[in-house]
Amino acid sequence: MSATVRIPTILRTYTGGAGEVSADGSTLAEVLNSLEDSHPGIRARILDDAGALRRFVNVYVGDDDVRFIGGLDAKVTEGTRISIIPAVAGGADS
Amino acid sequence: MTAVVDTDPAPAHGVRAGAFGNATHLICRECGANAPLGPFYACTECFGPLEVGYEFPQISRERIEAGPRSIWRYAPLLPVPADIATFRSTDPGFTRLVDARNLADDLGLKQLWVKDDSGNPTHSFKDRVVAVALSAARELGLQVLACPSTGNLANAVAAAAARAGIKSVVLVPHNLEKQKILASAIYDTTLIAIEGTYDDVNKLASEIAAEEEGWAFVNVNVRPYYAEGSKTLGYEIAEQLGWRLPDQVVVPVASGAQLTKIDKGFRELIKLGLVEDRPFVIFGAQATGCSPVAQAFRAGQDFVAPVKPDTVAKSLAIGNPADGPYVLDVVRRTGGAVADVDDDTLVANIQRLARTEGIFAETAGGVVVGVTAKLLADGVLNPEGETVVINSGDGLKTLDAVAARVGPDITIPPRYEAFIDFWKERNS
Repeated sequence: MSATVRIPTILRTYTGGAGEVSADGSTLAEVLNSLEDSHPGIRARILDDAGALRRFVNVYVGDDDVRFIGGLDAKVTEGTRISIIPAVAGGADS
Repeated sequence: MTAVVDTDPAPAHGVRAGAFGNATHLICRECGANAPLGPFYACTECFGPLEVGYEFPQISRERIEAGPRSIWRYAPLLPVPADIATFRSTDPGFTRLVDARNLADDLGLKQLWVKDDSGNPTHSFKDRVVAVALSAARELGLQVLACPSTGNLANAVAAAAARAGIKSVVLVPHNLEKQKILASAIYDTTLIAIEGTYDDVNKLASEIAAEEEGWAFVNVNVRPYYAEGSKTLGYEIAEQLGWRLPDQVVVPVASGAQLTKIDKGFRELIKLGLVEDRPFVIFGAQATGCSPVAQAFRAGQDFVAPVKPDTVAKSLAIGNPADGPYVLDVVRRTGGAVADVDDDTLVANIQRLARTEGIFAETAGGVVVGVTAKLLADGVLNPEGETVVINSGDGLKTLDAVAARVGPDITIPPRYEAFIDFWKERNS
C-alpha cells in the first residue's frame, strides 16, 4: 500500500524540505518504518524511546486521530493520506 | 525565575529589541530544550509545547498599582513590549472579584470569591490571551490574526483585530449556533464555516498555520505568548485580595492552560516577593461528558487518554487537552484534585450562581460551582479555607443550556384582577 504523508514544518529537515512524501505499509507502524528507510532519523522524532507515539504529536489516518483507531496498528489503505501534526494546538476554550 | 539559556537567546531575525519585554527565550516543557523568541510553538526535539522564559527585574507593588486598569499593569511580567499600552487593543482584564457571601453560605464555605471574567470586552477570559497573542503577532510581523474556535475565542479574536485594524479569519464548525456566529461576524471578520466537528477545524487550522506565512493562529503558532495572558488571572486575584494568595482556587479545565498559568502566575508573584510565600491548592473542574483529565486524576495516571466530547459545556469540550498532563502535575503538587459534574448538575449550578449572587455564568461557570460543591461534599475542599472560583464567561453566550429550565412563571391577560389572583396564590 502506498500512502501520502504530510510532514510538519519541524520535521522537514529530514525530507529535504518536502511537505508531503510517499511511504508504504498496511499499518501506521509499517508506514513509519518505510518513512524511516527513506528519511533516516525521522521516526525517532515521532516515536519515543519505547516505540510509542510521542505525547505531543497527533497522527491522523485520513480524518481519524489514530489514538481512536488502533494507534500504530491503525490500518492504512491504498492512497490514504496521513497527517503528522504537533499537538499543542489548543482547544475551544479555557 | 528562569533557566540558564544554553542557546542564543536573541529573538528571531527582524524582531525589534524589547519586543517581548522581559521574556528572554522559549523553553520546551517536556525536554527543556531552548528556542529563540519567534513564531515557534513545538519543540524541534520532541514536539513538546514551548513556554516563555523570563529574566525579571525587581518589580514593586506600587509600580503595578500605578499602571492601567487592565492586564497591561502587569506588562513587565508578560511577553509584551514596555510600551504595550500605547497600541490599540481591547485592553482586557482587571475584572471584578466578587465577595460571594450568599453562595458561600449556600455551599457551606467560610469565605468565597468569584473572579468574574464575564466582564471582559467580549465577555470571556479569552480577551486576555488574545491581547497578548495580538502583541506577539504585531512584533513578529504577522498580518492575519486567526483561530479555530467554537465561540468565545472567535469573538475575542474578531474584536481584537477590529480594534487593532488588522485582518482576522476565524474558522468555526458549520453547525455552530447562530448567536455565536453573529457575535463574531459583527466585527467584520472573515468567518469560514467548516463542514466538520471542532476537532476537524482545529486540525485544519494547524495545517494552515504550517503552510501559510504571515498568519498568527493565536492558539497554535503564537500559543506560547497567548497562553501567558492567563497568568493575569492569578496576578489580579492576588492583587485584589490585597497582595495575598487565596488558600484554594477552582478553575475550569478545557485545554488546561488557564489552570497551569494561574499556578505559574502565583509562583512568579512569590518569587518576586510581591506576595507572602504560603501554600495554595488548585482544583480543576470538568464536565462529565468531557472529563479526560478528571478520569486520569482518579486513575492515578500521569497521562491523559483522549475522549470524544459529549456535553452542553461546549467551551470546555476538548477531548484531547494539550495541557492535561501539566494540570495533573499542578493539582498533585499543590494537594488539589480534578473532578467533574454532569450536565444536569452544571446547569443547576448556573442557576445557583445566578440566584445567590446575581451572576449569570456560561456553562463553564456552572461546571466550576458544581465541582466546588462536589469537592466540599466529598471532603476534598476545605470549608474553612479562603476560596476563589473562576467564572470564565457570560451566560448570554450559552442561553440554550438554560432555555428549558427558566422562563415566565405564568402568562396572564393585561388586567389587575388576573395579576392579583396570581400574586395571592403565589404568596399563600
